[in-house]
Amino acid sequence: MVTGDHQTLALLLFSAFVAVTLGITTWVSRNRHGSTEEFYAGGRLFSPMENGFAIAGDYMSAASFLGISGLIALYGYDGMLYSVGFLVAWLVVLLLVAELVRNCGRFTLADVVAARMAERPVRIAAGTSSVAVSVLYLVAQMVGAGSLVALLLGGTGEAARTWTVIGVGALMVIYVSLGGMRATTWIQIVKAVLLMAGTVALTVLVLIRFHGDIDSLLSTAAERSGHGTAFLGPGLRYGGDWTARLDFISLGLALVLGTAGLPHILSRFYTVPTARAARRSVVWSIGLIGGFYLMTIVLGFGAAALIGSDEVRASNASGNTAVPLLALDLGGGAGSTGGTVLFAVVAAVAFATILAVVAGITLASSASVAHDLYASLRRPGGRQYSEVAVARVAAAVIGAAAIGLGLLASDLNVAFLVGLAFAVAASANLPVLLYSLFWRRFTTRGAVWSVYGGLVPAVLLVLLSPVVSGSPDALFPGVDLQVFPLQNPGVVSIPLGFLAGWLGTVTSPEPPDEARHAETEVRALTGAGAV
Amino acid sequence: MEQLDEQERAGARDDGAATGVPRPRYDEAGRRTPGAAEIYLEVQRSPAFQEVRRRYRRFAFPATVAFLLWYLAYVVAATAAPGLMARPVAGAVNVAMVAGLGQFLTTFLLTWAYARHARLRRDRAALELRWDTQEMTRGAGQW
Repeated sequence: MVTGDHQTLALLLFSAFVAVTLGITTWVSRNRHGSTEEFYAGGRLFSPMENGFAIAGDYMSAASFLGISGLIALYGYDGMLYSVGFLVAWLVVLLLVAELVRNCGRFTLADVVAARMAERPVRIAAGTSSVAVSVLYLVAQMVGAGSLVALLLGGTGEAARTWTVIGVGALMVIYVSLGGMRATTWIQIVKAVLLMAGTVALTVLVLIRFHGDIDSLLSTAAERSGHGTAFLGPGLRYGGDWTARLDFISLGLALVLGTAGLPHILSRFYTVPTARAARRSVVWSIGLIGGFYLMTIVLGFGAAALIGSDEVRASNASGNTAVPLLALDLGGGAGSTGGTVLFAVVAAVAFATILAVVAGITLASSASVAHDLYASLRRPGGRQYSEVAVARVAAAVIGAAAIGLGLLASDLNVAFLVGLAFAVAASANLPVLLYSLFWRRFTTRGAVWSVYGGLVPAVLLVLLSPVVSGSPDALFPGVDLQVFPLQNPGVVSIPLGFLAGWLGTVTSPEPPDEARHAETEVRALTGAGAV
Repeated sequence: MEQLDEQERAGARDDGAATGVPRPRYDEAGRRTPGAAEIYLEVQRSPAFQEVRRRYRRFAFPATVAFLLWYLAYVVAATAAPGLMARPVAGAVNVAMVAGLGQFLTTFLLTWAYARHARLRRDRAALELRWDTQEMTRGAGQW
């Protein structure tokens, strides 16, 4: 399916994106002296619309663009459940988190919790879990980048994959350490516009092909999938035994509760001046993200109808190439100019997507390292480095770590890694955030317990799950440590995080600090004293 | 409404200009400086603040419970009652498809309703409280 023309054009388009984003990075970082406000929050003066596009850019990863459409093309309705979970999660962010976090914190999740607790233990706990979530998410994106180049540019060899992972890692370190939040935000905006434009174009072409008749699109998809009408109902992927069904509920829970605990999403609310602007950014992003996921559904069923599930599966067993194949077909088929152009555009957009998401996560995790961990762990008598300098170094170290892990984990399923990052975020970050914002009696011990009480079980259950060992497609198929039957730990670890926070609070020897709770609550709801 | 936003932005910049750095919340020994704590407790107890909090919670909490239950019902139905979900409604469209699109629709509607509620019922009162509180803490020598 891949010819030289596709490769050349896709590489050309992608190089143009890299050149533009590097240009943005140099342009915004001229004459800027590295204050923390500038580096972590881009000066806090982005407009709600700009930030809404940037949030959407941070959130819509290549896993969504290629992965969800591919799952729908293969399994029909069951793939659609991802689209729904990824969108509904934004209501948690909008209703409970965005405005209050903007008012209470400065740069990170730990700021919000530390405002009413003993600062050091809480910062170390929240900083650790934020870095853990970010690194998991980062590895998922790096693995995705590696597989993408193998799939789209034809280089199925190990070398092409390795160099892509290294190249993506190096680029993101450059963006983040030179440009900080300001450059990262503009890269997200450019990427969001490109991704939306590409998706709209493909969706319109699919609908034109079926003369706007959704009914005929669905019935053709069902017919060509080989499953008949079962393709349009649930159960093809997760309909097996009860373990598989419980696994799906676990994943659904992690998706809907994880978004509000993702550090790179939380840090985006600090780039706007007020809580009201943070709310309006989320409204913008819900509109964009909702539209995007609706279109991925059309693309998924379109791929099933126009290409056929079997042909999609033959190209890539997990369906990741469904959208590129669809683009080729919509443009006029293999060998035609239109097909070549559309295919190359889709490939370039997918790369741009990965690059931008990776930059956003790296920035958020470097903020956690410098602002939370370094600031809490450095020795009082030791040499003091500026926080921004530490953050720049942290971005490089995290980039190197992600490259290393990305190469090691190159055979892991991308969707699984993303689901795991969401599960850890929902178990370790969300309980402590909600308790801090809404529970008067919450104490320092409760905060620390709730972070570790979610983080440790989530990670441990994954290590004991069929993903790591004890099944044919595990990471280490040779050994058998499997005790936990589910792939996603969410259904167990999320309640444990909430439970640990409650337990730590009721067993605390010290009483809750009423005055600082009052301060947090007043600041959260009014914005008094917000930076 | 745009005017309010401008005010708010100007205010946010003002604070930054007035302090330059984030205000210190502790003295050298790590103790809380007196004054601010009482002010926040006083604001928290004031009827105006209680009203803002009540308006926020009476919208956000029931809405959160409602959409989470609706989402869970959707996920559980897909795994526990696939037969019901596969029942056709019109042409190729079945119950599952309608429920999935319903999730999209309710998300958009709730977003719109929440933004409208916050804009009309909460923003102005919260902004007034913000200025009052900042006046009081400034008076207490905290800034």
